[in-house]
Amino acid sequence: MTHAYTPGLRIAERTKVTSQRVLPLLGDVIVKKGDVLKAEDVVARTHLPGKVHAINAVNRLGIQPKDLREYMLKKEGDPVRKDEIIAETKPWVKILKTVLLSPITGTIETISTVTGQVLLREPPKPIQVYAYIGGSVTAVMEKEGVVMETTATFIQGIFGVGGETVGELAVTVDKPDDMLTADHILPLHKDKIIVGGAFIRHDAIDKARRTGVKGIIVGGIDDEDLRKLLGYDLGVAITGSEEIGITLIITEGFGQIPMAQRTFELLKSRSGAKTSINGATQIRAGVVRPEIIIPYETGGFSGEEMDKLPDRGMEIGDTVRIIRVPYFGKIGKIKALPFSPQTIETGATVRILEIEFPDGSSAVVPRTNVEMLEA
Amino acid sequence: MNVIIATDCGSTTTKAILIEKKEGAYRQTFRGESPTTVEAPFEDVTRGVLNAFAEVEELSGRKILDGEKIITPARGNVGVDIYVSTSSAGGGLQMMVAGAVKTMTAESAQRAALGAGAIVMDVIASNDQRLPHEKIDRIRHLRPDMILLSGGTDGGTVTHVVELAEYISAANPKPRLGMTFQLPVIYAGNKVAREKIKEILDKKTSLHITENIRPMLERENLFPARQEIQKLFLEHVMAQAPGYKKLMSWTGAPIMPTPGAVGLIMQTIAKKDTINVVGVDIGGATTDVFSVYGEIFNRTVSANLGMSYSISNVLAEAGLENILRWVPFDIDESDLRNRVKNKMIRPTTIPQTLEELKVEQAISREALRLSFEQHKSLAVGLKGVQRERDISEAFKQEIAGETLIDMLTLDLLVGSGGVLSHAPRRSQAMLMMIDAFQPEGVTRLAVDSIFMMPHLGVLSTVNEQAATEVFEKDCLIHLGTCVSLVKESVGKRGEKCISYRITMPDGKQTKGALSYGDICVLPLDTGQVAEIEVLPVKNFDAGEGKGKPVRRKVFGGVVGIVIDTRGRPITVAKDKVSRVEQLQQWTKAIDAYPE
Repeated sequence: MTHAYTPGLRIAERTKVTSQRVLPLLGDVIVKKGDVLKAEDVVARTHLPGKVHAINAVNRLGIQPKDLREYMLKKEGDPVRKDEIIAETKPWVKILKTVLLSPITGTIETISTVTGQVLLREPPKPIQVYAYIGGSVTAVMEKEGVVMETTATFIQGIFGVGGETVGELAVTVDKPDDMLTADHILPLHKDKIIVGGAFIRHDAIDKARRTGVKGIIVGGIDDEDLRKLLGYDLGVAITGSEEIGITLIITEGFGQIPMAQRTFELLKSRSGAKTSINGATQIRAGVVRPEIIIPYETGGFSGEEMDKLPDRGMEIGDTVRIIRVPYFGKIGKIKALPFSPQTIETGATVRILEIEFPDGSSAVVPRTNVEMLEA
Repeated sequence: MNVIIATDCGSTTTKAILIEKKEGAYRQTFRGESPTTVEAPFEDVTRGVLNAFAEVEELSGRKILDGEKIITPARGNVGVDIYVSTSSAGGGLQMMVAGAVKTMTAESAQRAALGAGAIVMDVIASNDQRLPHEKIDRIRHLRPDMILLSGGTDGGTVTHVVELAEYISAANPKPRLGMTFQLPVIYAGNKVAREKIKEILDKKTSLHITENIRPMLERENLFPARQEIQKLFLEHVMAQAPGYKKLMSWTGAPIMPTPGAVGLIMQTIAKKDTINVVGVDIGGATTDVFSVYGEIFNRTVSANLGMSYSISNVLAEAGLENILRWVPFDIDESDLRNRVKNKMIRPTTIPQTLEELKVEQAISREALRLSFEQHKSLAVGLKGVQRERDISEAFKQEIAGETLIDMLTLDLLVGSGGVLSHAPRRSQAMLMMIDAFQPEGVTRLAVDSIFMMPHLGVLSTVNEQAATEVFEKDCLIHLGTCVSLVKESVGKRGEKCISYRITMPDGKQTKGALSYGDICVLPLDTGQVAEIEVLPVKNFDAGEGKGKPVRRKVFGGVVGIVIDTRGRPITVAKDKVSRVEQLQQWTKAIDAYPE
């Protein structure tokens, strides 16, 4: 394969960011193209079908399924109220009458003369989709949703938990290799998205939650602390729907790893700005990484593009980060790209590259164990 | 048919192989691969296929493409005679199955779907303990590619299967791909209920009716349902995936789901040599296990047991302790957990140090073990069947529904997938498979050299000879034969266990003895056959009963004959120091790692 490397994570100081805001089912879009919105504004609404309840009517009434319709007081599609009589027997002696009450307020969905069941459906549940990023509506998909667009600082994390949230950005540490401890978290951080350095422990995450912090952005976390946060061992990296009261994004990986200098500097430069983050991660084909979007208040795209990764294979002189031990997290420049595969310590014969670190030392690593960084 | 090109469009990579008939025999000659292009920005699977073809063209010097058209038929060094393909791109085929009774029709439906190459997202049954609204919610939220509904023997229960149809109707589920088309539902249940099912589901879904998968309790009839699944996979699911309509117009045989094709080649081989085969394909996200015992084929997929995307789930399901028991050095638990998660978030990385390799291979043993456990629990005899027993069976614990996987009668164990096929030393693959599957008696082991079983499976539908010739000559790398104790043969480490005598093909004899808890390797090359006589001491059983001698043919391979007296199940010392010492002794015996 010609491109045997992991593309790096996207990072841009000022770029055009678009976000599709789509309903899970068809519904109504309540904004129009060109509208300028805040992150909290609603863009579309719909109703999710209500929950279905099944009652075994024939058992309750002591009748045969084929006769069920004769005993029903309601037909399919009729509205019903909770505890309203929907079917009853017609004995000669009134005292022996058996009635069937509706367990919910809703409608009659199905009356089955085969199974003797009556299915009832609760009223539809309204749901709404928010703009999520402050910006303008650039396209409307009829009955489905909209495309929001803004000019923003854009940073991808490597992994996250928790869904979309919006808050003011606050940098709590001085350097990217600092640890974000519980002491850094103050009452003034309520409703904010806080930025740490290399690492955070569970006690600090817990304090952040109790303080009302909306999100945390940090270099690394221990898997043991993630397990404490979630309450279970995360098996597959499909996240974003956790209800943990906070969104956490890690930018580098598991363990104590200083946040990349550029990421840290960029976040620091945008401190105080209203920020939208989403921890949703999907590591499968069609990968989704967590995102940090910090819109510029002065709208309009200035023309500065996303820092583009070179649209080519690696070349000598490119900056790369090593993403596996023994040099995990180290950044250097490609010194050599030998064509022939070489045998590494494990005994595997793979394509490698030689990297020179800022201190002048160098190392040989498999090509698949590095990611490209923007120059 | 002299020149064949085949591809497997996987979730991440499209792999192409070229097969050519040379000197009267089919051989796999060149291969090429390229990233799969189902997703944005390309959203056209054929781009990746063309790129993979281009690599084959470059390496082989054969011109396959005229622009974007495949040149057929082959003339000299130009063109191919046929193109065939399998696909698991876009997450493969994802199904939900439903049946009246969990352990009867629902289980048969599950076997039918898995055998056709699907991932089964959930099994809904009338007696699965969930409340009706929970079932309906589940059906609505799953968004499968299709549903297989079964239930009732012919002339049996109507109520339960109609009830399930009502739930499906109430859920009104939407397919995963293509917002606008109706979800395919296959009905393969009681034929008496067909009209009722039509009334309920015909308007809301794309309903297809086929033969009952369980026409009577004593008989399972999975083939028609499997065929219908594969047909709908092409017509509905594949047709919705980007570029597949074009791809389908290129192929000379219907595109098959990748695991369905692997299952087919396994069955072809088992039938040809009249052997029992177990195969495993351990991938990044999932692990597939196949078994062919006599006429019965079973396939299971462990959707979240794999070596990259799902590696963290192996840790979650197996538990830290079970992983650690295979790590031949001391490691900090927190460090191990972080390493596993870092592999999960950066799944394309490979171990650079020997320590990292050993950790991955330890995890793979547990992924394989758990997948095989799942397979054994589904590859079972039919439940709900009354059986007459004679007096000799009266004291056995055999019941209907016991697993069909008898390790003692297993002839061949085939491993596939990166961690096995690309292990730096073949002996590592052999030891991983022995540790995970724990074969009993005499069992041959092999690995798939470059993952070409899917290609050969789909090829076997149009040219069985080409498929089996390539399978034997180029696909399998024979590791050798494992000779081991059988279940419940447990002793004390160091206790005298067996003596053996091997008669080599040239008539030379090698004798030796092995104590309990040990491994030894005797070289025997691929293609060579020797005869072994094992004499266990009175408390141990090597397949013929306690203390009884075993005489069998053993087949050579790149590793050789492995005599394993570690007992079944293999027990590893509880304390860290002894465990490390024990594991190092075993890996040294098989020469798994550099000194």
